[in-house]
Amino acid sequence: MLTAVAISLDGLGFAAWLFLASVGLTLIYGVMRILNIAHGGFYALGAYSAAWAIGLYTQTGQTIALTYLIIPVAALVVGVVAGLTIERGVMRYMYGRDEVLMVLVTYAIFLILEDVTKLIWGTDSYIAYQPAYWLGTIEIFGIPYTIYKFLTIGIALAVGLVLWWGLTRTRTGKLLLVVINDREISSALGINVTLFFTATFVIGATLGALGGALTAPEISVVPGIGAEIIVMAFAVIVIGGMGSIGGAMIGALIVGFARALSVHLYPPAELFSIYIVMALVLAIKPYGLFALSEGRKI
Amino acid sequence: MMKSFDRTEITLLLCIPVLIGLGFILPQWIVNYIQVSLGTGLVAISVMTQMRSGLVSFGQGLFFCIGGYTAGMAGKFLGVSDLFLLLFLGALAGLAISFLLGFLLRRYREIFYAMLTLAVSMILFGLLSSTEELGSTDGFNLASPTYLGWSPEGEMARYALYIATCIPALLCALLLHRYLRSPMGFVGEAIRENELRVEYLGTSAHKSVHITYVLAATVSAIGGVLWALALGHVDPEMTNWTTSGQFVFISILSGTGNIISPLFGTFILEIIRVYAVEISPNTWQLMIGSIMLLTIIFLPKGLWSLIQPSSSVVRTTLKKSTKDSKETRS
Repeated sequence: MLTAVAISLDGLGFAAWLFLASVGLTLIYGVMRILNIAHGGFYALGAYSAAWAIGLYTQTGQTIALTYLIIPVAALVVGVVAGLTIERGVMRYMYGRDEVLMVLVTYAIFLILEDVTKLIWGTDSYIAYQPAYWLGTIEIFGIPYTIYKFLTIGIALAVGLVLWWGLTRTRTGKLLLVVINDREISSALGINVTLFFTATFVIGATLGALGGALTAPEISVVPGIGAEIIVMAFAVIVIGGMGSIGGAMIGALIVGFARALSVHLYPPAELFSIYIVMALVLAIKPYGLFALSEGRKI
Repeated sequence: MMKSFDRTEITLLLCIPVLIGLGFILPQWIVNYIQVSLGTGLVAISVMTQMRSGLVSFGQGLFFCIGGYTAGMAGKFLGVSDLFLLLFLGALAGLAISFLLGFLLRRYREIFYAMLTLAVSMILFGLLSSTEELGSTDGFNLASPTYLGWSPEGEMARYALYIATCIPALLCALLLHRYLRSPMGFVGEAIRENELRVEYLGTSAHKSVHITYVLAATVSAIGGVLWALALGHVDPEMTNWTTSGQFVFISILSGTGNIISPLFGTFILEIIRVYAVEISPNTWQLMIGSIMLLTIIFLPKGLWSLIQPSSSVVRTTLKKSTKDSKETRS
């Protein structure tokens, strides 16, 4: 019973973290058909900037409460700056090229971002535990949990809801669905496709940075976290079906629980349980659980 | 099957005595880099071979690692030290595993192929990182190999291993080149252009992808054995996706025009890496990334297109016809 509770709470926690880290990736793929490896770079940038800003702020001795504002602000600044620079500077020259080639382009950008992060923040680790620590813990069946974890779960749900609402219930969202369906027709109808692409990329980048910034208080921020998260985020969105927000949520839950199960029942499997689940799902449903079917083109 | 040797094959065959000769003349450190980059170069050419079919493997490190670990484990647990036996075992392991995985992977194209190859290689990464008997993330060391009972020492051992690396590596390159020029190899290019038409013409695209995958895996495993013996060490990093990414990088940079270009590209990259890491360790990836971007933008067919402009590539009628179809498409 205790293990079951621990597994489900940890599973939810992992799932929330994974969803936040991968929702931007699936959004960019859904709209732009770009599998954005640079997403790992945005995640790392977000984590570093948040940890760095929190560190600077807590040195001043002010109340910890304001650090909860620092996290989203850091993510927003990083996401907008990095997202705009990369989209306007590189990506827009590549639209319409082969999907696989776009993967390689974003891989190159990922490598560049990795070193940019190192150049800005050095190779030392950053620890910004204060926001996670300050909220304290609660006990559930005798097992202590940080309240911060529940906060992350709440934020993940909120992000999912806002995206769903924005995509299906607003005029902009409906226009975006038109753009996804047919770029040429929508631009002939007078929709500013370029603007939609830029906005999507920036939003995706910000979401990636937010995922990193929210995780920063729970981990020690070190070089290489971007490379680690990107493969997990791939697994999540591939399981759910690339480009589907709901799919990312289901994918995050599956992967999160797979990981929680292995952590509690068979720890050595922790590192690869995710990929085994991914390989299994793909073996049965080749394009993920919620992928839109596409006709073969002659 | 073609009987005559073409220019690439003659060059590869000539490279064997030339490289062996250079081994006696060049300083030791360059010889070491040649040896190491022949091992990784084999993985790069197997990535390139798959790219000809339009398949980008983001997990070729899997077979590189399988080769290395098979050689290491054969030495560690079975006491095998014979180089030829190690090569055989490594290749066999790569062949067997890729044959089985091929049934799954041959159904996928484009980014799904990239993702699934990545996932499979990361499974092995996780497995090895958590296996303490195999040294977890630290890996373990390999003993120096023997040659049919002959166990040289000191300088002699180094040269013997160098020669024993050059010959199989170049022969593997020759094999892949032959494959790419064979009818089955051309089916791969047709798959890249338009898979559905290939099937309408009565050829199985699945079968072609499967054969390409197994061949590439076997050559990568041989590369892994040679690399592991050259360094005397294996660790799970061999199958991490960042390692596989470097092989993709080399193939992009060198281009898919010719089998020699990734081999050469690996060596150049290895040398640049040494200096770049020494001079400025934190901007090494930045350089790689920038070079990759510039290559994709300005030299979409890689550095090889500088050496051999596409007009002179057309030599056989078969090649000409594939090129024509490409032009009409674009």
